[in-house]
Amino acid sequence: MALSADESVRLGELLTSRAEPVTQRWTETIARQLRGRLSQAELVRQVQELHRAMVDALSKGAVDLNAEEATELRAVLAEFSRGQARQGFSATETATGVFALKEALLSTLKADQSVETLRDYVAFSAFVDQMGLFTFETFVRTRESLIADQAEQLLELSTPVVKLWEGVVAVPLVGTLDSARAQVVMERLLQTLVDTGSPYAIIDITGVPAVDTQVAQHILKTVVAARLMGADCIISGIRPQIAQTIVALGIEFGDIATKASLADALRHVLRLTGVETSRRQSRREA
Amino acid sequence: MERVPILKIGDILLVSIQVDMSDQTAVALQEDLAERIVATGCHGVIIDITALDIVDSFVGRMLSTIASISRVLDAETVVVGMRPAVAITLVELGLSLNGIRTALNVERGMELIAIERADDDHDEPDDDPVPEPTASP
Amino acid sequence: MTSGVDLGRPQTQSVGSDEDVVRVRQLVRTAAVAVRLSLVDQTKVVTAASELARNTLVYGGGGTVEVTAIDNGRRPGIRIVFADSGPGIADLDLALTDGYTTGGGLGLGLSGARRLVDEFDIQTAPGQGTRITITKWSR
Repeated sequence: MALSADESVRLGELLTSRAEPVTQRWTETIARQLRGRLSQAELVRQVQELHRAMVDALSKGAVDLNAEEATELRAVLAEFSRGQARQGFSATETATGVFALKEALLSTLKADQSVETLRDYVAFSAFVDQMGLFTFETFVRTRESLIADQAEQLLELSTPVVKLWEGVVAVPLVGTLDSARAQVVMERLLQTLVDTGSPYAIIDITGVPAVDTQVAQHILKTVVAARLMGADCIISGIRPQIAQTIVALGIEFGDIATKASLADALRHVLRLTGVETSRRQSRREA
Repeated sequence: MERVPILKIGDILLVSIQVDMSDQTAVALQEDLAERIVATGCHGVIIDITALDIVDSFVGRMLSTIASISRVLDAETVVVGMRPAVAITLVELGLSLNGIRTALNVERGMELIAIERADDDHDEPDDDPVPEPTASP
Repeated sequence: MTSGVDLGRPQTQSVGSDEDVVRVRQLVRTAAVAVRLSLVDQTKVVTAASELARNTLVYGGGGTVEVTAIDNGRRPGIRIVFADSGPGIADLDLALTDGYTTGGGLGLGLSGARRLVDEFDIQTAPGQGTRITITKWSR
C-alpha cells in the first residue's frame, strides 16, 4: 500500500514538528528491549539518523520505500540492520526496532483523535511496515553472508597440506567430505605441489567415514589433474566400507596407486625415488 | 602476428610461452619448433606454460601435435609449469593430453629428459648418434 | 533460460578473426575478476568462452560476444552470449556429444564448454544461426 503524495508530505511535517517526543519515545522503546546491549549514545545516534532519513524521504514526496526519493532512507535502514546483525541482535529485535516508531508516534498522537489523524496513522503504519520488512530482509542477507564467510574460514582451517619428505606432500583428510570441501582441498593440494616443487602427493582418507560418487569423482579428477601437471598421487587409508562403496558405485580407480596406510604410501614413494637413484648409480658404474 | 621465441640450451630447446596465443601463433610455433629440432639436432623440447592462464582444446591439441612431431624427429617433449587451475579445467573439459609428458617445473623437465635419454641409450645401445660409415663392397 | 538481474551494461566484442578470440578471452577474464569468481572458476569460464568464441568464428563465420555482470540476489555471476548468423546446427544432440566434430578439432568445444559453466542454453536451427548463452556464478 502506497501513501499519497499528500500524506507523505504531511507525515514528513508531522515527524519534523514532533521530532523531539517521537525520537525520544522511539529510543526508549528500543532501549527497553535491548536492555543495555547498545550504548545509549550509539542508539540515539542511530535513531536520529533514521528519523532524519525518513523526514528527508517523506518531504521529497516518497510514496513508498521503493521510490526513488527513498534511496537514502533504504541505505540508512540497510546500514542499521547490518550493524544489528553483526552485533548479534536477533532478526525480531532488529525489525521491532523499526516497528517501535509506530508506538512512539501513536503515543504522541493520543491527544488528537480526529478521523483524519487516524487515517494518516494507518497509511503511515503501512510505510513503517515496509521499512520493517526491508530491515528484516537486509538482516537475513547479512547473516547469510556471515555464515558463508565462516564456512569458508572453516574450510581453510580443516584442510592442511603438509610436506612429508623432500618432494612428497600429504593431505590427511578428516571428517565428512562434501563436494565443496573436496574441491577446496584438491585445489590447495595442487597449489602446494607447485609451490614446493613436489612430484608426489599422498591423499590420506583414513579419517573419512564415507565417500559418495561426487567426492570420489573429485579425488579422481585431482589425481588426473596432478598428472597433467607432472606429479603423481597415491591414495592411502581406504577403509573397507569405502572400498566397497567405490566398487559398488562402479568408480574406476584405474591405475591410481592405493596403499593401506599413510606409512605404506610414504614407503612406496620413497622406494620409487630410491629406485631411480640406485638405477642411475648402477648405470654410472657400468 | 606474434611469434613465440625458441631458445637452445645445450641439447634442449626451451619454449617459454609468455603471450596469450592466438590460434595462428600456436600453429606457427608448431612449425617453427619442427624446423628447429631438425636444424639443431636437439633431443629434448621443454615447453614452459607457467605464464598461460588457460589451455583450451586448440592449445591442447597443439601440445599433443608438437609431442608427436618431435617424437618422430627423435626428440622428447616435456610440458612444464601447468597451473593447478588450468589442470583442473582441462580435466573438466575432458582433455587428457595423451602422449604428453609433464613436469612441475623446467628443472624437473630437464631431469625427465635426461633420464629418458639415458634409458634410451641403455635400452638401445645400437642407437649411436654418430652414424657409422657403411662399408662399401 | 538463465536467471538473474543484469548489473550494468553488457560489453560487446565482435568476432571476425583469430585475434578477436584472444580479445574475448581478455574481456571475459576482466569481467570474471570483477564479479569475484574464484581462480579456478575464472579459468573455467575463460576456457569455455575461448572454445565457444572459436566455434562462433570457425562454424558461425563470425559473430558477436556479449559479456554481462549479473546478480541473482544471492551471488554475483557472469553471463556471456555468443551469437552468429551462420548455418546453425542441425543435430544438436550429436553436436553436444564428446568427440563429435565437423571442423577437425577434438570435438570438445560445445560439450566441454557446457561442463565448465553452471548454465548453458543453446538456440539454433539450420540456416537460423546459433545463439549460446552461458552463465557462471560466484561461489
